[in-house]
Amino acid sequence: MTTAIGQPLERVDGRAKVTGGARYSAEIALPHVTHAVVVGASIASGRIASIDTNDAERAPGVLAVLTHRNVDRIAAQPPLFPSLFGHAAPGETFFPMQDEVVHYAGQPVALVVADTLERAQHAATLLHIDYVAAPSTTTLDEGRGSAYEPERIFAGLVPGRMARGDVDAALSSAEVQVDSTYEFAANHHNPIEPSATMAAWNGDELTLYDSNQGITATRLTVAALLGLSPTRVRVITRYVGGAFGCKAMVWPHSTLAAMAARRVGRPVKLALTRAQMFSSCGHREEQEQRIVLGATRDGNVTTLRHHKLSATSPFDDWAEPSLNVAAQAYAYPNHEGVYRLVRTNTMTPTFTRAPGESTGMFALECAMDELAHELGIDPIELRLRNHADVDPVSGQPWSSKGLKECYQRGAERIGWERRSAKPRSQREGNWLIGYGMATAGYPVPAFPGLQPQRALARLYADGSVEIQCGTQEFGTGVATAMTQVAADALGVATGSIRFEYGDTELPNTSSAVGSAGAGLLGSAVHAAATQLREQLIARAITDEKSPLHGADARSVVVSDGRMSLRDEPDRGEAYGELLKRNFLEEVDASGSWTPVGMDSGYAQTTFGAQFAVVAVDSDLGLVRVRRMVGAFAPGRVLNPRTARSQLMGGMLWGLGQALLEGTRMDSRYGRWTNTSLGDYLVPVNADAPDVDVELVEVRDDVVNPLGVKGVGEIGQVGAAAAIANAVFNATGYRARELPIAVEHLLQSTGHDRTRSPRPSNEKQ
Amino acid sequence: MRPLSYARAHDVAEAIATMIDNPESAFLAGGTTEIDLLRQNVVQPATLVDINALPLADVEELPGGGLRIGALARMSDVAESPLVRERFPLVAQALEQGASPQLRNMATMGGNLLQRVRCSYFRDAISPCNKREPGTGCSALEGVNRGHAILGTSEKCIATHPSDLAVALVALDAVVRTEGPSGERAIAIDDFFLLPGDTPQIEHPLSHGELIVAIEIPPLPFARRSLYLKVRNRESYEFALVSVALALDVADSVIVDARLALGGVATKPWRARRAERVVIGASAAEDTFARAAAEELAPATPRGMNAFKVELAQRAICRALDMATRWEV
Repeated sequence: MTTAIGQPLERVDGRAKVTGGARYSAEIALPHVTHAVVVGASIASGRIASIDTNDAERAPGVLAVLTHRNVDRIAAQPPLFPSLFGHAAPGETFFPMQDEVVHYAGQPVALVVADTLERAQHAATLLHIDYVAAPSTTTLDEGRGSAYEPERIFAGLVPGRMARGDVDAALSSAEVQVDSTYEFAANHHNPIEPSATMAAWNGDELTLYDSNQGITATRLTVAALLGLSPTRVRVITRYVGGAFGCKAMVWPHSTLAAMAARRVGRPVKLALTRAQMFSSCGHREEQEQRIVLGATRDGNVTTLRHHKLSATSPFDDWAEPSLNVAAQAYAYPNHEGVYRLVRTNTMTPTFTRAPGESTGMFALECAMDELAHELGIDPIELRLRNHADVDPVSGQPWSSKGLKECYQRGAERIGWERRSAKPRSQREGNWLIGYGMATAGYPVPAFPGLQPQRALARLYADGSVEIQCGTQEFGTGVATAMTQVAADALGVATGSIRFEYGDTELPNTSSAVGSAGAGLLGSAVHAAATQLREQLIARAITDEKSPLHGADARSVVVSDGRMSLRDEPDRGEAYGELLKRNFLEEVDASGSWTPVGMDSGYAQTTFGAQFAVVAVDSDLGLVRVRRMVGAFAPGRVLNPRTARSQLMGGMLWGLGQALLEGTRMDSRYGRWTNTSLGDYLVPVNADAPDVDVELVEVRDDVVNPLGVKGVGEIGQVGAAAAIANAVFNATGYRARELPIAVEHLLQSTGHDRTRSPRPSNEKQ
Repeated sequence: MRPLSYARAHDVAEAIATMIDNPESAFLAGGTTEIDLLRQNVVQPATLVDINALPLADVEELPGGGLRIGALARMSDVAESPLVRERFPLVAQALEQGASPQLRNMATMGGNLLQRVRCSYFRDAISPCNKREPGTGCSALEGVNRGHAILGTSEKCIATHPSDLAVALVALDAVVRTEGPSGERAIAIDDFFLLPGDTPQIEHPLSHGELIVAIEIPPLPFARRSLYLKVRNRESYEFALVSVALALDVADSVIVDARLALGGVATKPWRARRAERVVIGASAAEDTFARAAAEELAPATPRGMNAFKVELAQRAICRALDMATRWEV
């Protein structure tokens, strides 16, 4: 019986957030707190010849200056492993300030601790650091000649090469080919809250107030680096001001703060600056992807060759997995995916919203649009003709799909019938109008080795409920959705539930990454609350004083905190009455759930369809998105309000990726050049069009008990491709480079003099 | 940021005197650029002289149809002023397309003219930059220079002047009124902004302690029909790739008079006198516009990533002239 799940419940923490009552990590005040400032390397490669710390140490208020000469050595370097799994999860297998070598610009080389932030900032400017610079490589163009094919990428979880069928033979016999290469600028996450940590020691016990997507991963990582038992590290993270993947892994600043706090014997607060966020917590790597599609004239796509070349760090074979969902997207019998890497002097790239899927599906879906144009087939029809009824990679059935309905509902909503297949055929004044679409796909994580997810449900005699779960709220609405899950499982009103989270003292969960938060946590909360309900019903039917005494447990239903017989609603009692009569202040139950591995027999992927209408002033090279429609089939939707919000946010991320976002490297210095929100452009409200989100609910009995497939990232996948395809439909220009820029459109269009003729003899 | 002292001035004379008493001092008005640069260690004054309490925020009519705008009037207040909107719509449009609403509520008119360049090499406090550290070289010449200038550049500096407001004021021949240790001055706005030449660190002719007190816009009746066209990637809160300030007087399809200035493409707000000479007296026709645009951009010096601005600026000039002659303003 569902009453709360599926309702657009308002955010349970909304009031605290909009009134400023919600405290973020750097806003929490501890007595005697001190402030640390990170000093980053100004060169991209080389070594520190000398650091003169005398002036800084003598500056007013300075408590410590840490460098590679005096900072603690790490106890061990844990391997890079996605935090989804619930293990230690450092973002790179390099820890700074352990020696004098510089691997990338911005790498921490010193930490200045003072009694106020301003004094620490000032003292940081008084350090005299001499470097011996070595030649650096920071872009694909510089390192192209030394690219290599890694055996495995992505922490060893993804093979560097995948293949099925015979691609060479299929391409040589293909009636039509599309062969296109797409370039992607590096991207940074830019959450509104920069990462921050406050570290406080009590004896040999450490408490971290830290902005992250996974308190357990943070605890395990920092404990391993410091050589402590996890029992000595507590991580508290209530509110996080956005993350998008840059807080998915655990980066050195958290541990450095702990080292500094141990040194000065007082709590240390370390907040990264906006500029430092560009070289402290990963990025989406610069990359290019080549797609070769082979097809028959009637639109049967037989082959996908998909090669990716991307930049990684000196230490790790990291590439976001761009080829996987693309390999599953259509029923091509022949497929070849190859990753190639270039070692560059940057930090290790990391998860960035829809990591891999957004770039891989951009390339594929633009190529599919080219193919549709070449064949004279409607883009939706081409996709329907190549629909994968089963997973073409594994041959297994889908746990659920819903893609055809997404195409249909999205097309209706955007008004696809108004699209003209011929580019440049719709105009409004100076604006050329175009329509575009793309398929979206995102995996539901299914790997061996995912840790069990845990939660605890506690009912008090007054009928109120506490749900405890060691997760954190970074804007997804998890506290709201979990309240709804618990309400239904326990049979109580949402208003009587308090969802308690953000502390490693609570039952552990994996990091909330990979769009898996709702599914993983929801399963644990559902299990705990169901356990508690069953426990209470069992107690009632064995309690001689209960109206339910002797009843069959299967005939008992619970609503609004009252147990009763399904067929005899008057016979029953409230949970609270049962507890009070038995002199119980509270009853609790824990629940756990082990995520589905790869042996379910089903392929687990979320699908959707993206549509966009754009207006292009091809004279001035401006692209403005007028409408976006996304139709998604994310399994069960726990809360349509927060789900829509996440999907819409993802779609607008796609808009940013398509038209605005790019981090520019100056390879002479090896430094990013646009490290501010004034220079790294993300969409603002004025750029945001009307966005419609269609939720296509599909039943999924495989992924988890609630059938939740996740909404955190699929909203971004395909959004940029839909916009790029709409730009082609408007102008005839094919985007080969993201973000699409004014200069691209200027190059592709002559000065447009075909607009409405000037009236002759115009009078003023 | 280095430790500094703070003083609040109560009148103009005190503000100037405090500056003179403190050689390493700077005025503080809205602070929207200055505080950023302080925190980034790009500027390092020892004393900030807060002038926000000075009575310099009014917009007043001048005889003959001109306006006098106080140096401390906020961008948002000036943009809303009925006098400005009626007489000089291009000024209101330039203000409204600048910065963000929050910044416009803080930033002042005088501060707007004095805002520093957005060149990332100037702002990073690390890279060689002749404007920040004379003699160290210009990183932008061969660097990431998509946003940089193509007009008025030198081998020492190609940073674009970032103001929108100043572009409109240059078109209108505004006058900058100052008071300083040597008394009052009136500086023609085109002389107020200096080309980088060999001294990019010197951006204006003000002496230490000299304070902008007002901006005067002389009468220009045909400016009631004027526009500010700003071309940028993002719809709001972005500096111009190219902008055009234009006031046009057209009679019987002949351009009687024109005021044209460009932003986003030059090291100072760029009065487009070459283009004006082509269009004044010519017929309001597309070939006239194209000739004027080509003439204005003829001396452009593109450098790599900003080469597209040569074409974009021409198209923007044509678009603005086209809009103005259709009265789509």
